[in-house]
Amino acid sequence: MRIGVFVCNCGTNIAGTVDTKKVAAEALGFADVVYATNYMYTCSEPGQQEIQRAIAEQGLQGVVVAACSPRMHEPTFRRAVEKAGLNRYMFEMANIREHVSWIGNDREANTSKAIDLVRMAVAKLRFNAPLFSSKMPVNKRLLVIGGGVAGIQAALDCADGGMDVVMVERQQYIGGKMAKLDKTFPTIDCSSCILGPKMVDVAQKENITLYAASEIESISGYIGNFTVEIRKKTTFVNWEACTGCGACMEKCPSKKAADYFNEGLGAARAINIPFPQAIPKKAMIDAAYCRQLNGKKCGVCAKICPVKAIDFEMKDEIVTEKVGAIIVATGYDLFDHAVYGEYGGGRYPDVISGLQYERILSASGPFGGHIRRPSDGKEPKEIVFISCVGSRDASVGRPYCSGICCMYIAKQAILTRDHLPESNSYVFYMDIRSPGKNYDEFVRRAQEEYGVQYIRGRVGKIYRRGERMVVQGADTLLGVQVEVEADLVVLATGVESSLGAGELAEKLRISYDQYGFYMESHPKLRPVETNTAGVYLAGACQGPKDIPSSVAQGSAAASKVQSLFAHDTIETNPQVALVNERNCIACGKCIQVCPFGAIQWKELRGGIKKAEVLASVCQGCGVCNATCPPKAIQLQHATDNQILAEVNELCA
Amino acid sequence: MERTNTLSIQQSRDSEFIREVEEESGQSVSKCYQCGNCMASCVYTFAYDYPVTQIMRLIQLGQRDSVLKSDAIWLCANCQACTTRCPNNIDVAQVMETLRIMSRKEHTVSQPDIQAFYDEFLRSVKTFGRVFETGLLPVYNFRAKKPFTDLDLAPRLLKKGKLTFFPAMVKKRQKIAEIFEVVKRDRFSKDGKTRPEAHSAKTDS
Repeated sequence: MRIGVFVCNCGTNIAGTVDTKKVAAEALGFADVVYATNYMYTCSEPGQQEIQRAIAEQGLQGVVVAACSPRMHEPTFRRAVEKAGLNRYMFEMANIREHVSWIGNDREANTSKAIDLVRMAVAKLRFNAPLFSSKMPVNKRLLVIGGGVAGIQAALDCADGGMDVVMVERQQYIGGKMAKLDKTFPTIDCSSCILGPKMVDVAQKENITLYAASEIESISGYIGNFTVEIRKKTTFVNWEACTGCGACMEKCPSKKAADYFNEGLGAARAINIPFPQAIPKKAMIDAAYCRQLNGKKCGVCAKICPVKAIDFEMKDEIVTEKVGAIIVATGYDLFDHAVYGEYGGGRYPDVISGLQYERILSASGPFGGHIRRPSDGKEPKEIVFISCVGSRDASVGRPYCSGICCMYIAKQAILTRDHLPESNSYVFYMDIRSPGKNYDEFVRRAQEEYGVQYIRGRVGKIYRRGERMVVQGADTLLGVQVEVEADLVVLATGVESSLGAGELAEKLRISYDQYGFYMESHPKLRPVETNTAGVYLAGACQGPKDIPSSVAQGSAAASKVQSLFAHDTIETNPQVALVNERNCIACGKCIQVCPFGAIQWKELRGGIKKAEVLASVCQGCGVCNATCPPKAIQLQHATDNQILAEVNELCA
Repeated sequence: MERTNTLSIQQSRDSEFIREVEEESGQSVSKCYQCGNCMASCVYTFAYDYPVTQIMRLIQLGQRDSVLKSDAIWLCANCQACTTRCPNNIDVAQVMETLRIMSRKEHTVSQPDIQAFYDEFLRSVKTFGRVFETGLLPVYNFRAKKPFTDLDLAPRLLKKGKLTFFPAMVKKRQKIAEIFEVVKRDRFSKDGKTRPEAHSAKTDS
């Protein structure tokens, strides 16, 4: 084989601490290497042309590039060698940037390690063989997990493009957190008025299949061909029949069920449609509160229902859907402020979360849009807002900024003034973070036009004094302690990852950070992709986000799916396991260990059994390769011979 | 404490001071983002010359004199409300304790009476195995040159049995005195040995 080695300087990124000239000179001495050079930026267009020129002039049959991590530029160089007529797998990359130059300053040691890595790459390349992809059909159906505003946007964009969309929502209704909001910043437009039409569109589009009150059971397959099992949770109501008339709700005698939609303010009936505009507008029974399901004599709803939709015998149902791509838009949950003992630890009824206050402000909320405090239903006069509750607080394990609270507090303070012109609002803040279009102007308006009193400092404690609560805080600008007697305290509770985010990530085989937020493929350049091909992210499941950013990500993810679905087929990855049938002893160990079920029995003539790899299912993990006693099954592009060649060079 | 409206950061910033406080207290002062929770929670903010949030800020700015001569570090009751509520897990009370020790070493104690009380309290514990109030208070009052302070409380306290004429007979009080010796010995040997090398590893912030 005639091998060419190209050592990249990467400006000073590599050349700063690695003698690239020396690496190239040493490489010339390795077996089969006929050409070696170093180059300023090998990934640049002239750099790639240099490789192609050398392939033509030197008759190279294989190429090694010693540069950065293959994560970034392996595809670039594979394309370059392919253009020059080589098979794309007759190429190896030695990572002398992330693995060498960026992690040490010792020029001599770095150069020596770089030479070792290049020697290993050359040794492996000598055992490389051309590999060829095959084409797989793409199933042009999309799964959207999560029916909040990000998921809705993604689903509608793809449905508008003519694709079939399956949407799975854990709650009984779609709309997510946005459906609970009263108004939105910085325009003060009504949340349900702008979200409502989109929710209705989801329900009415013929090419959107909605599974509400459902969760993902399992996911198998790969880009273009996923198989998803969806658990439809027991609603005890036949939704095919239910018309959403609400007669059951009116008559239900269990009147103290948890009101999840109103964040625990007020009470719901055991059979419930959470809000008038709910999509789908179907009733569901909360088994914990239903009298009939708890052995008491009832069944009133079943008697009253005009379409006989109530079914107390209903069980969870699993349905299977086949899709080609998945958009994950599972959103966020609210930090539970009960951990703050100094704010009452959740014991004071008039110390509430930001989302609870949204429900109080909302016309469809527990008090019909009149601001009242939960304890005694009185109109509050003095209202204190406290920012950064469960944000920027390492002591409760939430050191990050939730990004939305400064804005929603300003909005709530403005709305409070609109509802109760005689009231006074006070905002305790540390910093005001308002980096969005018209955002800072909005916060200024709260202070200048609406007279909201901003106080720079955290609150140390809240305690009762008569019917009121004393908020004891600091004004760090003056260097004094301050106290406010408040009728109502609203905590700007921060954003945390959605409940169960980790388990879903494991089903999807995507990664998540220490706080449970899903990891994007690249923080700047691939913000809505994951490292699992065909799985995309949208909205706050990736990190705290406001509505405009969530919607933008929903559309971004949808466009990624549409560019994937613009192809009828995708190329398979040939780096999968392959069985050499001559050596296979049919022990079946590979079938047992394969985590993806990608290996099965194959019967040859005469009933001889051999293992066979389903190339489309194989993920290239190599477990079978390590297990196979006669080494008959080999992971292509990482065969035993290739890896041992590298190890031999290292140990030589 | 004299305040100035203009502070030359370069001329007055004592980076050695920042390092010493962090080293001795084991707390990272740069974590403080000035939220004010310590000041909001502190029961003595009303009496401090610098509220505790500003003490933390002065350390960040390396203002050795202002901090070590302040009243605040001596008025601190070590109730640890600041430590409990600090969102950045800084043991603020430990920082205040460190500042008191540094202030003593540098002879910049602004409240000699309070220093005297600490000394007498510990001496009482060392001598009797636990505090003997009837002995401690007159001695402290005498040292603080206010011999009659709180004297009017004595009859009521005696009546309720809160004060006794004789110290409690603590068993093995010698063992408690030995603790003092051990601490004293360790502190001195640590001071003598560890200071130069231990500091060289850390760079000034």
